[in-house]
Formats: sequence, structure tokens, C-alpha cells
Amino acid sequence: MSKVFISGNHAFAEAAIRAGCKCYFGYPITPQNELGEYMADHLRKAGGVFIQSESETAAINMVIGASCTGARAMTSSSSPGISLKQEGISFLAGFELPAVIVNVMRGGPGLGNIAPAQGDYFQATRGGGHGDYRTPVYAPASVQEIADLTFNAFNVADKYRTPVMMLSDGMMGQMKEPVLFPEPATKLPEKEWALKGRGEGPSRYMASLILDVMEMERHNWKLVRKFNEMEKHEIRYEEYMADDADIIVIAYGTTARIAKGAIKRVRKDGVRAGMIRPITLWPFPKKILNNLADRVKQFVVFEMSTGQMLEDVQIALAGKADIIFHGRPGGVVPTPIEFARIIYREYQKTAKMAK
Amino acid sequence: MKLKNAWPKYYKKDVVTHYCPGCGHGIVHRVVAEVLEEMYLGKRAICVNPAGCAVLAYLYFDFDVIESAHGRGTAIATGIKRSRPDLFVFTYQGDGDLSAIGTAETIHSANRGENFSVIFINNAVYGMTGGQLAPTTLIDMKTTTTPLGRNPKYDGYPLHITDVVSQFPGVVYAERVAVDGPAGIRKTKKAITNAFQSQVDGLGYSIIEVLSPCPTNWKMTPVDSFKWVSEVMTKEFPLGVLTDKRSKKD
Repeated sequence: MSKVFISGNHAFAEAAIRAGCKCYFGYPITPQNELGEYMADHLRKAGGVFIQSESETAAINMVIGASCTGARAMTSSSSPGISLKQEGISFLAGFELPAVIVNVMRGGPGLGNIAPAQGDYFQATRGGGHGDYRTPVYAPASVQEIADLTFNAFNVADKYRTPVMMLSDGMMGQMKEPVLFPEPATKLPEKEWALKGRGEGPSRYMASLILDVMEMERHNWKLVRKFNEMEKHEIRYEEYMADDADIIVIAYGTTARIAKGAIKRVRKDGVRAGMIRPITLWPFPKKILNNLADRVKQFVVFEMSTGQMLEDVQIALAGKADIIFHGRPGGVVPTPIEFARIIYREYQKTAKMAK
Repeated sequence: MKLKNAWPKYYKKDVVTHYCPGCGHGIVHRVVAEVLEEMYLGKRAICVNPAGCAVLAYLYFDFDVIESAHGRGTAIATGIKRSRPDLFVFTYQGDGDLSAIGTAETIHSANRGENFSVIFINNAVYGMTGGQLAPTTLIDMKTTTTPLGRNPKYDGYPLHITDVVSQFPGVVYAERVAVDGPAGIRKTKKAITNAFQSQVDGLGYSIIEVLSPCPTNWKMTPVDSFKWVSEVMTKEFPLGVLTDKRSKKD
């Protein structure tokens, strides 16, 4: 297998097919249309099911249907469409059904626009739908990572029986990069819990309705135990030049790529900047940030929003260090020079104070 | 004469349903279980049950069941049937579920000609939530949200969704029946058998609308509510086969 030059949206789809995704249901919305189009062609050719549904709501419920039979299933959308899917994501969490949901974020609220943005962070990392639940959230920062993390997302979804969110943006979806895809999955996990008709055994049912409050509470705590396991085993992040850094940037996805450019730039001038790039937004790499704050006293959060991940950073650092936030919401894509200026400014402030 | 009073194989024993006295759900549940047994479908059946009074149907049905969010039954059924065409799939939905909040899912699954069956219980009110206006509520009928009776000027007209979807090429069989007495129950069983057979034969979407009494929310005795189905409800929703394209499909 050699590298292929492919867009982010196509890479989501190709990686899913390789991970054994058998069913894709989706509704067109920019900037992620190429994902569904790729599935319409390639997934059908691979013997899978593609349906262009009547709505995002229908699509996520078709995912529920496919997933309850044990099939690996996926849907994708962009911000306004992801809002519509929240009902189904809550049911997936309640049913404990695996699924992969791709959000190629755009500017908002409302219809917003079709430019890259990161305004759905809260929705993605706090569950999103009604009720007491979380979903693992992956934030790829390259097309290669889109391929790797999407492939892995199906395994995580099956392992914990949970919906998994791929949180990306219009930039990630539209740009092309060379990608080496994982080899197609040959052995998929057995799913004892799936509905297959009762056959010779007892009948089974799947329900999220639990009228007995004590039993509902037990179910809620059961889910929490699962979330705790994810927090123990699934946290991922990238450290970039953080070892000797005096100032740490925290950014994810597209913003992290831009921040890397900024860090390279300021390093040339002797500013020791580094970065922690959360790859999982939930569970959030709190511990590494908190540990770093023993040594580093300056953190800069860059987001293409008005400050959402910022709150997780505040929780993680627990007052141990200063946090500066710089955000560009609404679909504006910041530049490395812009970020570099912020880093210089904050670095010099501390340098002055040190004198 | 052989007496057919045996407990249906696919209906759980020793359970007491939560349905009110005189409710039609219990009758239709039993009919569905009988048909599945007679057609040897129970072992590979998956039912999608609704949000509504029948949300607890999985406590009574003795075959595999998944619950759906309000109105989403046919979307879930689409996912099940498309991923496992070998399974026998049907939804069991009420009028609010199927023809209000789930209208889009109903129309489009029917229009795609999905190869599953829909059991549509029409009792002209929202049962579980306490008797509010349904799309199928009759004109002048009093509900908790039409205290003076349904006024078409304010509340619109009774929605005939089964008539709508029966027009679609993908809908192979649609019939409206009523569980208003022994004859009606027998016809219901025949209609459900036809619908299920259409799916077994791979012909496409089938829907059986069952006019069903809701004495509690109609504020009638069970006997009066059965009469009301026969004498009043069937005037708005005439019984009969709405479409039968089985012979045209091979």
C-alpha cells in the first residue's frame, strides 16, 4: 500500500470502509458533502449500505438501527446537522450502542457559514444531547490523522459500546494531503449483545426507557464507570517542543497546525514556546497540563471560537498558571504570524516581570 | 372444531400489561404474536416499538424488540433491514408517533419502498401523555388540548397518512382495519398476514392502520368505545384495502 493524495472528507470515508463500516447514512451539508459522495460510490462497491436520508435526524436513527444488529455504522454532518443528530446520539449513549459520527464544523450559531470553525466544542465534549453522558471526541490535525483516528474510532466505539465523535472543521475536510491508510480490518469483534432475532434463545430487547428511578440511577453510574475507563485509557495528545518550553500553547485540529507554524517562527527568535495538542478533546488531557504547570507558568489557548476548550484548560490548570486566550470565531482562519505575535507579546510581558 | 385459545408462542406468559381496560393495544399485540407464530417468523423478527403507550411492548412480546425515539421507528427499521435483510422487521407505532413527529420518516421510508412492515395504531388521541390532540383526532372531538372540540380553523383536519403513502409506488400493501369486534379482529389478522407476507416475498413497504379504542382518553366505557370505533371513527377513516400492488411486483 502506497500513499494516496486525498482530501480529509474522502479520508474519513475511506478509513471507515477499511475499518469495516458496513452502513453509512447521511444528509448533504457543506463542507462535508464529499464524505457522503465517496460513500455512495465506494461503500456500495464494497458491498455496504449507503442511504441519503431525508434528514440528519433520520440518518442518526438509521445508524441506531444498523448498530443494534451489530453492524459498524457511521454518519457525518456539519454543525447545524450535528445539532439535529443530538437526539439520536443521546439514544445511542442510553442504548450503549457503538457508532461513529463525523462533524466537519463550520461557523455558527444558526446557519452561520460554511467556513472552518471550532464552535461546537462544548456540544461535542459535554455529551451534546439530553441526559447524563459523554462521548469520546477525536480532533485530527492532518489528513493522515483523520485516516488513523477514524479507523481507531470504530474500535473504541465497539470496545466501550459508545458513540464516538470525530470533531474536525471545513479546513480539515477540504484540504488534500498524502495519506498512508491502515490495512483493512480483517477480524471485527463479536457482538454478543446485538439483536439478531431470538433464534433458539430467549427474546431480548433494547430500551433506554428506565422508569424505575433507582434502576435509572444504576444505569447512569454504570455509564460513568465506562467514562472513567475511557479517561484512564483513551486520552491522547501530542507534545510539541514542550520539554524546554517557558510558554505552552494549547490548540487542537486546524488551530494546532497554525500554532505549530507560529511556534517555529518564535523559536527562531529564541522564544522557548511549545505546544500540547489534545487529540482527544474528551477525555481531555488534564493531567499532563496540570503537571506541566508545575514548571511552566504561561499558557496560551488558541481556538477558532470565542473560548470553549479554554474552560477545560482552566479546569486542568486549576489556577496554577496564567492562561491567555486568543480566539477567531465565525469562520475566520487565523495565521501563524497572528499567533506568533500573541506568543511574543505574552513572552515579553513575563520577561519584563522577571527583570 | 378446533378451539384456538392457546397462548401465542411469541407473547410472554404470566405478565400483566399496563394497558387500560378496553384498550386496543392488547388485542393487536396478540394478533401480531399469532401471525408471527403462524408464519414462522418469530425467531428472526425484530420489532421497533414507539414512544407512546406501546413503548413497553417489549415486556409482552417474546421476540427481539428495540425501542425508538418518538417518531423515528421507520428510520431505525431502515437501518436494521438494510444491514440485515434476512431479518423480519416491523414497526409498531401510534398516530402521534407515525403521523405527527415521525411524518418525514414515515413518508420517506414508504417512498423508498423499504422492505418492512408498519403496524399503525390509530386511536385519534395521544394516549400516554393523557389525551391531547393527535393528527388523527376527529373534527369536534374533545381532547385535553382541544377542550371545545377540534376546530379545523384552529387545529386543521384529521390527517389520513395511510391514504397518502398508499399512493407511493414503493408501498405494496396498505389496508385500514379496526379492532372493534370479532369480525374486525379477524380482518386485522388477515391484513397483518398480507403485510408480513409482502415483506417475506421481498415486495416492499406495507402498512396496516388499525383503528383502535382508547376508552380512558375518550372518557367512554370499553363497550361504548368499541361502538364509537365502528360507528363514528370509520366514517372519517373508512376501512378497506387502500392499495394492493402485490400482483404487479415480482
